Amino acid sequence: MNTDDQTYSAAGEVASVAVRRTWRDRAWRSLKKAPMTAWFGMIVILCYLFVAIFAPWIAPYGESEIFDEALASPSWQFWLGTDPLGRDVLSRLMYGARNTIGIAVATTLLSFLIGGCLGVMAAINRSWLDQGLSRFVDVLMAIPSLIFSLMLLAIFGSTVTNLIVIIAVLDATRVFRLSRAVSLNVVVMDYVEASRLRGESLAWVMRRDIIPNILPPMVAEFGLRFCFVFLTIASLSFLGVGLQPPTADWGSMVKENAEYISYAQFDLSVARYPLLPAAAIALLTVAVNFVVDWFLHKTSGIRDEK
Amino acid sequence: MHPILRTVLQRLGLGLLTLFVVSLIIFSSLQFLPGDFATSVLGQAATPETVAAFRKELGLNDPAITRYLQWIGGVMQGDFGSSFSGRSQGREREVLGLIGPRLWNTLFLAGMTAAIAVPLALALGITAALYRNSFYDRFVNATTLTTISFPEFFVAYILMLLLATLWPVFPSLSQVSTETPFFERLYLCALPALTMTLVIVAHMMRMTRAAIINLLASPYIEMARLKGVSRSSVIIRHALPNAWAPIVNVIAFNLAYLVVGVVVVEVVFTYPGIGQLMVDSVRTRDIPVVQACALIFAATYILLNLFADIVSIITNPRLLHPR
Repeated sequence: MNTDDQTYSAAGEVASVAVRRTWRDRAWRSLKKAPMTAWFGMIVILCYLFVAIFAPWIAPYGESEIFDEALASPSWQFWLGTDPLGRDVLSRLMYGARNTIGIAVATTLLSFLIGGCLGVMAAINRSWLDQGLSRFVDVLMAIPSLIFSLMLLAIFGSTVTNLIVIIAVLDATRVFRLSRAVSLNVVVMDYVEASRLRGESLAWVMRRDIIPNILPPMVAEFGLRFCFVFLTIASLSFLGVGLQPPTADWGSMVKENAEYISYAQFDLSVARYPLLPAAAIALLTVAVNFVVDWFLHKTSGIRDEK
Repeated sequence: MHPILRTVLQRLGLGLLTLFVVSLIIFSSLQFLPGDFATSVLGQAATPETVAAFRKELGLNDPAITRYLQWIGGVMQGDFGSSFSGRSQGREREVLGLIGPRLWNTLFLAGMTAAIAVPLALALGITAALYRNSFYDRFVNATTLTTISFPEFFVAYILMLLLATLWPVFPSLSQVSTETPFFERLYLCALPALTMTLVIVAHMMRMTRAAIINLLASPYIEMARLKGVSRSSVIIRHALPNAWAPIVNVIAFNLAYLVVGVVVVEVVFTYPGIGQLMVDSVRTRDIPVVQACALIFAATYILLNLFADIVSIITNPRLLHPR
């Protein structure tokens, strides 16, 4: 026991004081308890992000660099062989990650920006703005989004910007629904009323009172919407109305090489041309779903009746 | 008036209103076309007179409201106008003639899928909910979570690789025509139907499981158990009557989902359905066909959701008094 008056402290007295954990510490503690599937998902997502960001530096060849040797088997020179036009499959997969994931992330961010802001605003306002936006969203949601985006792409033409804006707007309807529903539970709280009586502006109430409280479901929704957007873009590219060649993109890579499935009975390895990009899409969505599943389970406290 | 009838009529009216607004949106999309598109449809060789005649035929010189009324009036009588394709060669094709046989093909495929998928998914979902947290439940859950994450074309190509190329059981392309006899048609549609079954069974099973678990957690079920009612009687007498609404909702939601999934699957298996027609028309920017397909898809989607709403209102009187 420390009896020296000059250096006396409570910490020295009891030897261990409950120190408030930093967020990093807390994150690490819950990560340690995460199930295997969530770990698998996070590792896969990190790998994909790494490849997507550093594709130009780690890809062995250029995005549409053409070699003399077409349809080459896997070798040390071309790890996954070359495609029918003589382009390195591995490099195209890496650039495909960059293009496909990049566009999907941009689209999801845009749709959250539009849908989230409008949803929270509608929840605070609760009058003509809420009514108008909700009815408008109801109508937009009555048209299947793949069909609607096909129609809009037919009219405006398939460019990357059009693709991002069209899908983001259509997807924002679902974000609007969710953010409005969860913020409705928050706006009735006393502290929101207090800050409104205090005369805070709409933007201040949104930023300080509402958004921090609706964050967990929105983060989970971000993961799910990302999967959905990612699959929609891949499907549109697969249908030939999304990203246009020679841009490397997983959906159109499947489409371009689809006929090699029927040659697989002579040489099984040619089935890799359509299946590798399709598997790349599937693996990422599985990974995101696993992480979201764990996150929802952890934050919502909703558990199946035991 | 009887309250159920009144609510159902309200819903019907609301559905018709939605359909009307959707048709307005689809129609007004034509306004956003770039100005020179008449030339691109008719080809470079078109004289200014033919372009002017084409614009007149489309009615681009009339006010929008007249054109909408003409278009929707035609649609009501089954006349969707004529297609843009082949205009440059001077051939004209009615959109209805293009869509008619293909719509039947798509409905056949969707119906076949539903006939397999709905009973299968309900059985899986209900058993998984009853034996929840068992090994069986975990297995079904993990499998369906994985299948949901796969894009439709990945499932389709894997099935094609396994069942059409390596072990040629089914044909890889589903070329059917109006003369194809029924059983051959079933055989040709096997792979596309199987693909869609895999995709929607996953969704439907998870939703059914969640709905049933939610139901089994309610106080009246616990009460029935506590007073000693047998397990089967709890399910049949107490749970099932209340489960109809969520189950029908799940079915309708997934049939509506089928409408969208059909597009990709038709393209993979080159099945001559309305989805493939729509994709082709989007590529060639054949707007009348795109509009007609979009309207048909949207109408199916709205009708299915309306149907689910009405069934849940009829089976669950609490919905008569919305908060």
